[in-house]
Amino acid sequence: MTHDHARLRLKTWIFAVVVVFTNVFGNFFLKRGMPPELATPLAYITVLFHPWVALGLLLLIVWLMMRMALLSWADLSYVVPVTAVGYVLVAVVGKVLLNEQITMKRWAGIGLIVAGVSLVSGGSAPQTAHPRPKTAGPGE
Amino acid sequence: MRWLLIGIIVASTTAGEVLQAAGMRRHGEIRDFRPGAIGRALAVLARNRVVIAAVAAMAVSFFAYLGLLAIADLSFAVPATAITYVLETVLAKYVLKEHVNWLRWAGASLVICGVVLVSL
Repeated sequence: MTHDHARLRLKTWIFAVVVVFTNVFGNFFLKRGMPPELATPLAYITVLFHPWVALGLLLLIVWLMMRMALLSWADLSYVVPVTAVGYVLVAVVGKVLLNEQITMKRWAGIGLIVAGVSLVSGGSAPQTAHPRPKTAGPGE
Repeated sequence: MRWLLIGIIVASTTAGEVLQAAGMRRHGEIRDFRPGAIGRALAVLARNRVVIAAVAAMAVSFFAYLGLLAIADLSFAVPATAITYVLETVLAKYVLKEHVNWLRWAGASLVICGVVLVSL
């Protein structure tokens, strides 16, 4: 039981890290490639073929699949706050890569997010013990 | 226009993520990460109606978010959509029947305040 618990915790951490990074860099590249406005419905489609937007979209597809895998064993009320650490990463990426200024207000917000994330991730197991099928049958 | 887009984003993101969690829970824990097994899991998931509905809702949310990013600042878009954290935690408790203990409530509340501060 404790072995299973440790295994799940490690697996959860690995997936949470990948989920956070693909989301942060997916959104970063998406924003980088976005034109100032999307005037027509067709523009919503053609913008997806812009190289930066396409790279961002690819990362977000990986993000969606990794997040779905993570949710196959971890609770939503665990995954949502823990992956919010991405907001901290965005601020750090902005400071390091783009030389953005981090204001006092922003540091305070980063502190609150880190405190919230550590409360949720340190304070509870990722999973509510539910009786549920171990394997998925066809037609599930 | 921007508030309409935010309404669409919040509703579709919340619905999409709760459906995603419900669909994956029905599927069960993914344990085998060899390419063939991942392919089989994807084939099973592609026939899971809850997962299909979740992906459709996420697609609506994605295009509405693109539209919002084009007309509004990121610093307006992000805190306005942080409300999904509250809705998702509440739905996790009442729809998904998760045990949301006081640590998770406290953590989610801190994260929401933090997101708003970071984005202001």
